[in-house]
Amino acid sequence: MGGLSKPPKPPALGAPRQSRGAPRRPASFNGYRRGDFTPEDTARAHLERIERLDARVAAYLTVTADHARRAARASAERYRSGRPLGPLDGVPVALKDVLCTAGVTSTCGSRILERFVPPYDATVVARLHAAGAVMLGKANMDEFAMGSSTEHSAFKPTRNPWDLARVPGGSSGGSAAAVGGRLATVALGTDTGGSIRQPAAFCGVVGVKPTYGRVSRYGLIAFASSLDQVGPLSRDVTDAAATLSVIAGTDPLDATSVDTAVGDYVAALGDDVTGLTIGVPGEYFAAGIDPEVERAVRDAIAVLEGLGVKAERVSLPATEYGIAVYYIIAPAEASSNLARYDGVKYGLRVPGKDLIEMSSQTRAAGFGAEVKRRVMLGTYSLSAGYHDAYYGRAQKVRTLVKRDFDSVFGRVDLIVAPTTPNVAFRHGEKADPLAMYLNDVFTVPASLAGLPALSVPCGFTRAGLPIGLQLIGRAFDESTLFRLAYAYEQATDWHTRRPELP
Amino acid sequence: MSRSRGFEVIIGLEVHAQLLTRSKMFCGCPTTFGAAPNSQTCPICQGMPGVLPVVNRRAIELAVRSALALDCRINPGCRFARKHYYYPDMPKNFQISQYEEPLAEDGWLEIEVDETTKRVGIQRLHLEEDVGKLVHEGAFETAQASLVDYNRSGVPLMETVSKPDIRSPEEAAAYLKAFRAVLVSLGVCDGNMEEGSLRCDANISLRPRGASELGTKVEIKNMNSFRNVKAALEYEVGRQAKALAAGERIVQETRLWEAERGYTRSMRSKEYAHDYRYFPEPDLVPLRLDPAWVDGIRAALPELPRATRQRFIDAYQLPAYDAEVLTQSRALADYYEEVVKALTAGRAPSAALPALGEPAKIASNWVMSELLRELPADDEAAIRSSRVPPQNLAALVMLIADGTISGKIAKDVFKKMFETGESAGTIVEREGLTQVADEGELLAVVDRVIAENPKAVEDFRKGKAAAAKALVGQVMKATRGKANPALANRLVEERLRAV
Ligand SMILES: [Zn+2]
Repeated sequence: MGGLSKPPKPPALGAPRQSRGAPRRPASFNGYRRGDFTPEDTARAHLERIERLDARVAAYLTVTADHARRAARASAERYRSGRPLGPLDGVPVALKDVLCTAGVTSTCGSRILERFVPPYDATVVARLHAAGAVMLGKANMDEFAMGSSTEHSAFKPTRNPWDLARVPGGSSGGSAAAVGGRLATVALGTDTGGSIRQPAAFCGVVGVKPTYGRVSRYGLIAFASSLDQVGPLSRDVTDAAATLSVIAGTDPLDATSVDTAVGDYVAALGDDVTGLTIGVPGEYFAAGIDPEVERAVRDAIAVLEGLGVKAERVSLPATEYGIAVYYIIAPAEASSNLARYDGVKYGLRVPGKDLIEMSSQTRAAGFGAEVKRRVMLGTYSLSAGYHDAYYGRAQKVRTLVKRDFDSVFGRVDLIVAPTTPNVAFRHGEKADPLAMYLNDVFTVPASLAGLPALSVPCGFTRAGLPIGLQLIGRAFDESTLFRLAYAYEQATDWHTRRPELP
Repeated sequence: MSRSRGFEVIIGLEVHAQLLTRSKMFCGCPTTFGAAPNSQTCPICQGMPGVLPVVNRRAIELAVRSALALDCRINPGCRFARKHYYYPDMPKNFQISQYEEPLAEDGWLEIEVDETTKRVGIQRLHLEEDVGKLVHEGAFETAQASLVDYNRSGVPLMETVSKPDIRSPEEAAAYLKAFRAVLVSLGVCDGNMEEGSLRCDANISLRPRGASELGTKVEIKNMNSFRNVKAALEYEVGRQAKALAAGERIVQETRLWEAERGYTRSMRSKEYAHDYRYFPEPDLVPLRLDPAWVDGIRAALPELPRATRQRFIDAYQLPAYDAEVLTQSRALADYYEEVVKALTAGRAPSAALPALGEPAKIASNWVMSELLRELPADDEAAIRSSRVPPQNLAALVMLIADGTISGKIAKDVFKKMFETGESAGTIVEREGLTQVADEGELLAVVDRVIAENPKAVEDFRKGKAAAAKALVGQVMKATRGKANPALANRLVEERLRAV
């Protein structure tokens, strides 16, 4: 644990193993209930750690310390009177800055929204508040969620708590680094093509991208509307399940949210996994994958087989088109979603001699290079004469990707694969945009198909960098994802390891 | 015809109608007109980061109602699309509209011009959201700043595009009138063109008579009244015909009608036409309209103006002209029928009524000449709250029929009824307008008039029949119009022959 000085009440920050059969609840909840420590202790410990370490990790863009102290005090009061709001009451959370928070600056990692203070809370934020969660602050991210390293944040690059010279992944890099670095217990991120799963894998934490439509997008500043989903990042599967139970469910403010029953994800965690069938897609172990990653994933599959799970080889032939399709559809939608940032109503305004000049100068100054690149890509692929060849064709191939999964899910319950082809890379290592895009190769297909997927720690490289195991499930079957991930987590101890922060 | 110089005129109209919903298309803000700037807005209709649209079910219902009335095919699944262009009155810099899969397609509307009826095809009908309004500080060209009012942003609009079936400016105006009448009678739109509840753009091209290929079309905007539609298109027919006759080419462009100056001017040419980069709105799922729901709307459709008009001709034997006038609004048609009902199905229909003519025609004459002198035919609210309700008008007619007052006096009584809201009986009684129908009383007046006009008597004797008319006039004057005209006529003639 090197130079890491421990906070006063370690249980709040650790993840003690629970014995099988005991009621599964988040560790913090159990601790609060027993009175081992209080939400105020936890909030204080986290705020101190943020103060001490975040200058180096740079997980946060805004720390809402006053809010956190107030919320923690109210939560502590509820526990004292024996009436906690539920398992998330008093849990300190970091919120990706793409989520609107009433009265708290929400920059989306962009200069253009540097001073944007939303007048309303995103539905997921309101649900967390209602469940008693304690907001610590807003987490750093790639600008408008476009990136895989958080180097595209307009404000600062976030560092990987396992190796500060490396990236935490992205675009939810601040959320993943906050949880990995014990600067938050739980974080919310958003996943468009892998933006929760990839940083979760890089930072050694659990990250869940729910089924498209499972969680409300109201108040999530849109990147690619047909792909964006909000999901939790946490130190263990239990916290992720508890958090998703709170934020999931249909929302009258989001027409694409689906009215399907939300299970008690935590209650189902201990259920037997014997007899489940997992599919192992050959395309996810193709050339280019880091051998250490491949070995860790194959070992994990062996662990699962040891638990009574049946593994089967499957094929998802459209995988190779995933990146191409994604990088047409997502920028197309982004070019439309980002059209509103023109300096007229909110955010940055750079004056000009007329409207057009004001607009173009505002966008020139307010958007970073990656955002501009994608807005141009998207505008091009939607333009008259190119629309059918690019956007239209990409939509068709997207249905092929979905069909791949449909046919495989006739035979298997889950798909198991690496989350990423490699582990966290060094800052500046992937300067070529295409090299950066290829990092999403294993996460993009589930996004295109709208399926739920989860990354759970499954080992470390010799250099001590975390590796993620990806589970992809049937639509709206997050329960089975959690069940298998929990069984795997119980059989291993990867999630108990902590980075040695300098 | 001379204006078009022998060219055939091809016109298609695009009409935007503001739907009569209480709330906006994609959020819960109210749609009332004229509120303080930006008082009717929320994060959604201001296009704030993170917001999402939710479809207003009532707007869909009103659009389906219109589509059914226009005999369109309702698409079982339709979806919204984003239409992109930059303008500061549009907060998202895209408008949620419908593109490839509109709500309805392929209908028709019947219009009548010069006593002939024709069908104008409807190409498509779809829903979209309105934009905000720019308020310039000072004149547009010199304004130092502009303010944006987002009250109108997100108000539901229904766009209906006609097929290029319209062949003259008169037909275009007739189409717009008929279209408006349908929407108003359906309760879908208030039809107020001044407040912008109904807006019309036109596509117009000319081609040599007999040619099968269409000419280059020009889009005309900013025609905000029936009169302007006709005037703008007439101007444009002349402009294009003159150019074509001179061997010039028509430029594909958008032109703006300058109503005050009476001409169209170029706004933007095709090279500057927008590439709207449509794609399906990912924030909304495709709409699946339940056939049973659509059938329910169909079953509840009110009678449409065209059908009412035909029924008036068939059931009341009204001339086509009367039927046309009386069906300009649902309120007027209802008013008329109430008058007829009161005249024919009243407790004691006057035996004398048939002497005046067919009750249906009498009612029509009174409504058209007197009521419509006071109220516009298409002002639903004014007609429904008229100070002379239909029953009172019928009672007035009955006073003529039973000889209590003359037709001439009745017209004055109507004016007073409209001013005061009083019944005919009350006014006639208070002002002593009851007709003098007592023979003895009237005879005394006749004798006095004859005695005072020896020259007229002399003329009559010499064979001038008109002299009798003049004497009747004197009798009417002496009785301040209260003499029963038929009786006065008979008595004057009898006396003259007796003298
Ligand atoms: Zn609103």
